[in-house]
Amino acid sequence: MTLLKGDTGGQVMLGLLLAVAIVVSVLNLAVPEANPLHVSTYTVTLLGKYLTYALLAVAVDLVWGYLGILSLGHGAFFALGGYAMGMYLMRQIGDRGVYGDPILPDFMVFLDWQELPWFWHGFDMFWFAALMVVLVPGALAFVFGWLAFRSRVTGVYLSIITQALTYALMLAFFRNEMGFGGNNGLTDFKDLLGFDLQADSTRVGLFIASAIALALGYLACRWIVTSKLGRVAVAIRDAEARTRFIGYRVDRVKVAIWTFSAMLAGIAGALYVPQVGIINPGEFSPLNSIELVVWVAVGGRATLYGAVVGAVVVNYGKTYFTGAFPEAWLFALGGLFVLVTLFLPKGIAGLFRQLKRRRSGAMAEGAAV
Amino acid sequence: MPSRWGAVLLLPALLLAYTAAAWGQTPAAAEAVVEQPAPTPTDGLIEASAYDTEAAVPTDADLSTQAANEVDAAPAAPDSLDAGAAGPAATDSIADTDRSTESPATPAELPSASSQARGTDTAHGGAELPKPPSLAAALAKLADPSFNVKEQAAADIAASGDPRAADLLKALLDGELYFRRDDNRIVFAERTADGWALTDALSDEALGNVGRRDARKITINNRMRSALRTNIAALTLASPDPATRLSAAKEMMGDVDDAGISALRGQLAQEDDPQVREAIELALAIAGLEAETLEERKAAVAALGTSLYPEARNALDDLIRTEQDPELLAAAQAARTEIAQRVDNMRRLETLFFGLSLGSVLVLAAIGLAITFGVMGVINMAHGELIMIGAYTTYLVQLAMPNAIDWSLFVAIPAAFIVAGLFGVAIERGVIRFLYGRPLETLLATFGISLILQQLVRTTISAQNVIVENPSWMSGSLQLNPALSLTFNRLYIFVFSLLVFVALLLVLKRTALGLQVRAVSQNRAMARAMGVRSARVDALTFGLGAGIAGVAGVALSQLTNVGPNMGQAYIIDSFMVVVFGGVGNLWGTLVGGLTLGVANKFMEPWTGAVLAKILVLVFIILFIQWRPRGLFPQRGRAAEG
Amino acid sequence: MPNPATLRTLSSQSHMLKSFALAAVLLLGLSSGLLHAEEEGEAAEAGSDETIKVGVLHSLSGTMAISETTLKDTMLMLIEQQNEKGGLLGKKLEAVVVDPASDWPLFAEKARELLEKDKVAAVFGCWTSVSRKSVLPVFEELNGLLFYPVQYEGEESQRNVFYTGAAPNQQAIPAVDYLKDELGVERWVLAGTDYVYPRTTNKILEAYLKQNGVAQEDIMINYTPFGHSDWQSIVADIKQFGSEGKKTAVVSTINGDANVPFYKELGNQGISAEDIPVVAFSVGEEELSGIDTKPLVGHLAAWNYFMSVPTDENDAFIETWHDFIEDDDRVTNDPMEAHKIGFDLWVKAVEKAGTTDPDAVIDAIVGLETKNLTGGTAKMLPNHHITKPVLIGEIQEDGQFAVVWQTDEEVPGDAWSDYLEGSKDLKGDWTDPVNCGNYNTKTEECLGAEAAE
Repeated sequence: MTLLKGDTGGQVMLGLLLAVAIVVSVLNLAVPEANPLHVSTYTVTLLGKYLTYALLAVAVDLVWGYLGILSLGHGAFFALGGYAMGMYLMRQIGDRGVYGDPILPDFMVFLDWQELPWFWHGFDMFWFAALMVVLVPGALAFVFGWLAFRSRVTGVYLSIITQALTYALMLAFFRNEMGFGGNNGLTDFKDLLGFDLQADSTRVGLFIASAIALALGYLACRWIVTSKLGRVAVAIRDAEARTRFIGYRVDRVKVAIWTFSAMLAGIAGALYVPQVGIINPGEFSPLNSIELVVWVAVGGRATLYGAVVGAVVVNYGKTYFTGAFPEAWLFALGGLFVLVTLFLPKGIAGLFRQLKRRRSGAMAEGAAV
Repeated sequence: MPSRWGAVLLLPALLLAYTAAAWGQTPAAAEAVVEQPAPTPTDGLIEASAYDTEAAVPTDADLSTQAANEVDAAPAAPDSLDAGAAGPAATDSIADTDRSTESPATPAELPSASSQARGTDTAHGGAELPKPPSLAAALAKLADPSFNVKEQAAADIAASGDPRAADLLKALLDGELYFRRDDNRIVFAERTADGWALTDALSDEALGNVGRRDARKITINNRMRSALRTNIAALTLASPDPATRLSAAKEMMGDVDDAGISALRGQLAQEDDPQVREAIELALAIAGLEAETLEERKAAVAALGTSLYPEARNALDDLIRTEQDPELLAAAQAARTEIAQRVDNMRRLETLFFGLSLGSVLVLAAIGLAITFGVMGVINMAHGELIMIGAYTTYLVQLAMPNAIDWSLFVAIPAAFIVAGLFGVAIERGVIRFLYGRPLETLLATFGISLILQQLVRTTISAQNVIVENPSWMSGSLQLNPALSLTFNRLYIFVFSLLVFVALLLVLKRTALGLQVRAVSQNRAMARAMGVRSARVDALTFGLGAGIAGVAGVALSQLTNVGPNMGQAYIIDSFMVVVFGGVGNLWGTLVGGLTLGVANKFMEPWTGAVLAKILVLVFIILFIQWRPRGLFPQRGRAAEG
Repeated sequence: MPNPATLRTLSSQSHMLKSFALAAVLLLGLSSGLLHAEEEGEAAEAGSDETIKVGVLHSLSGTMAISETTLKDTMLMLIEQQNEKGGLLGKKLEAVVVDPASDWPLFAEKARELLEKDKVAAVFGCWTSVSRKSVLPVFEELNGLLFYPVQYEGEESQRNVFYTGAAPNQQAIPAVDYLKDELGVERWVLAGTDYVYPRTTNKILEAYLKQNGVAQEDIMINYTPFGHSDWQSIVADIKQFGSEGKKTAVVSTINGDANVPFYKELGNQGISAEDIPVVAFSVGEEELSGIDTKPLVGHLAAWNYFMSVPTDENDAFIETWHDFIEDDDRVTNDPMEAHKIGFDLWVKAVEKAGTTDPDAVIDAIVGLETKNLTGGTAKMLPNHHITKPVLIGEIQEDGQFAVVWQTDEEVPGDAWSDYLEGSKDLKGDWTDPVNCGNYNTKTEECLGAEAAE
């Protein structure tokens, strides 16, 4: 509990998360559908999706807020984690695909693939897929970071090449020759670890798993930023050259945190895919990565819990606006970004803090009188 | 700086020099064929004119070409009239016209030729039955839905000998002929507010207004289109227009008889246009492959060996497949190899041109960003939308001047610069000026602006793509030789991007504003201390960058779709170019853009378009590791940060 | 008022408690919001006794909005028309429009919303294959009805989906036949955007051409990414390929936006429709209305409907559309007709079954017929595809098509291509006794998921 000391926002957020997870699950499973208190599976899945986005946002906030690296390519790690999970789910279909082929996924059968490409092997085992969910994004981030940070690529250059990274991956995954289903991606999943993905209980299970992953991910990030490593990271963010001169191995710190963040994003992706039921190259789109940076900005940088708030608020707004005012939602979204950067540079979390400070300021004044 | 200039100008210069050399080679080497004496040229043509007398054709230039058409059509017409619309004879004659129209320049002009030439059979038959069909009857058949009937009707109109025939056929080709749906009457129609105002096609009598769906355009298909075109502007070898002569000669390649050969030789003797000469020589050489003597055939092979026309290659390939004579075979194979070599070289040049043109598009798209991002440090995600605004300005300009599309671009360029520039100034004053020193946050704000601008276009103009027309001078291509032609739009855009680059460079290096811009970007505090009004400079700089983006939009509107999403297609590429070239350096943007374009195009044949693009991106990522500040890094303390 | 100093000395545990208390309060607020939403849902459901809800699942924003917005309007028009005729089963129809924003996972989410929250009787929607694939499991799980109006790659026959657009044998193969037999084409360029529809269609065409004696070296296949705009090299390749003496044609499955620069480049490099005709499967009236048609004149397209076909039904449809959209310049196109046919068939099936219950409708709809706008009838087949006439049109300068060829009678849609190894023995039949979307006629068993259930 020392991790959360002085982190009021985090405490509230985690408390809320716990409560929502319990209440929603109970209301969905135990309350009959006719009862007005019943929470529909639609809502559960929607909330589950938001939670995976929130975890992704926390991962971005860790590198942006505390390390000063603005990644415009975190969507790539998210999508890679998603693909790893998607490949497992694909293999689980087995001979229940439309062609009844026990090994090959449907899209390979009708594009005349004769055998499973080498990189699909092993994904029929959950432990292997789960390992890949963290290893693939982690390895990519490690190689990329090792190259970039050692060459001291910083600032906008780094942002732009992370964008190039996700853009290149998007184009690559769009290619049907790659063996990842091209534009259609992976879909039509049946079950996960033997649980039917269409069952309400599985959906609630995934929702709870997302909540737990978010809580653990949050605590892990919290642990990093309160540790010595975290303090060095902040030093790098604020004065990289000086930190290096003092004798810290800046590139190692950066690679370590960067890689961890990518793994976290991978886990978020892996939880996202079974809940939405599809993973396709659109997830690599550079626009997605920019959008998730915006969640963090809206929520408030360098607070971690702000990222969670931002992800949920923006996505709820998106769901609401695309339903209620489909024509106007881009105006609303665009306006939000402009207004937040201009008037809320510290995001919603900054707003909370300001309110709190004002209150305590008023109290201090009262005491003085 | 001069050395960089040299590099930029050298590439296109080389391109032109090489092709010019290749071009000069051909006519010189082809002399072998020319030596044969040419008989009098106009045998065939005189014969043809005998038929013309049937139809009293006016001397108008347009109509005189009509004559050739009558040769085609007159014979078929009487058959069908005699037999009635459905008789077997009618279908026969339709089939005949079908065939003759398939190859518009078959030597119908040369009917004295042996009956090998298609269409001449019927031509002779027709000459015996000179009974011009009635124009009105023929015209009425145009309302028929069947293209065969319509084609027949068009032929009948041509054969009618009526002086209005040519105008009617032209109207048919231009899609001005309609028919009224209740009685199938053929009319001219003019759009009114809620329908059509009709005038009778024959009598010019006004028929009043009808509803939108009560008159229907008479549709034509490809076959009719090419037949009509042959009819209206017949391709004769002796036409005063070199382009017409050229296409006539091209049509005769591989498809000539003895009379054709003599006509070609005749034309060759007096031909002074080098391209037409080359085409005629080639046509003769292909015919010469089937000559009697080995010597003649060898000469033909030698002549073919110098030609870059695909027909020459095909003729040699045919020869290689069938030839028995070993000597000739060897000569043909050698010639084929040499052509292949030269065609490959042309292909390489072509690829270089493609690369430079892709590069110039990248440069154009990126150069505005080189100002806003490179000089000012604003990560302007709305850059693509500023390009889009430029393209939409072009669209609006064209809407305002629908009758002067050819000139519209000259109006659109300054207009787009001003409109996009004003948007830029507004963005800078409204949002960005609060964010200086926080480059990463400008990214978020400008991303929001880009979403707003996209939706703004969707709601105010249309969510659909809009039509931006190409001026006539932007279409077509500059044919350097038969294996290499450069499309005009790409060529102009390449030149245009260089002009924009030079202009921008001059503004930055030679004007007071440029000096202030550089001062502020290098050291804002010091510049202000020296009395530079940095706020004004910021606004103007951003406006300049945005204006250039708008100008790029004008160019891009000529190449691709204009729609609300078009900006997004260019934003990432633009950033790559600027970062690759080196932030804050215009030269970097130019060299970077052209390099990436050429690299992309040279990889494309091996890897395909997608993989080429991926490889370029990977290359940029790796290149940045090696040179973290791009090709031309900014030096000095100002560069840090 | 407590001293701030004492506040700070409070133990972190009580601080924690406070946080949880705050969380609880927030939770209460949130859950009351949720409850409210549920109540709204209830209220809407109460209203649904008088109306039958019809879901419209088309993107109104994002990249696909260009094409899909029109289909949303078409559905609204059809529903309005039906209501003027007195509705269905004595109830009014009510359209529920949602915007999946060209985002594929969002399609699944919105489909779930329509079926689970709004309880719609049927959904008309989707454009791209990936959006259809994304919603399929949802329709299967919640037993909904989806009418899919766009030509697609086939290889699918699902119990809950009705495919009112063309399967490859209703568009691609007749078009190739036309080129082969009528224009004497011997060399083929199969150019497409790199996604599943062109990939599959080209696989089928390649197999079909080879069966018809076309040699491998006379087929050139090329794929480009979405929105490809630099066609210089590819058009130069096509030109080269077409210059070798045999009549050449391009069969284009190039998608949407990429077409304009493609045709422009063809025109600029001097390739006319008379030299190398291009037959396209994704270029219709709607697409042509956004571009300068000059470079396209004479090129071909294969569809099952053209606006220019002069039948009374078509005239009436266009008239209604213009009145509805209040713009006489708007065009009609093939997917619009597909929605009209799908809607007519659904209405007839509901009337026949006397209920909107999906199972009853699925049983009732097979075998029903309705009139095509271009003449002839569309009949719902057991594999949930329909019969369609195939028309080949030449592009005219005004953005319309002149029909140059059409099949003598309607072609029945074939879910599983006869020209692909994996699917030639498969058939879809959702009537008794087979009741299977992918029934192997050789082994006489139902493959995959359906068998497992």
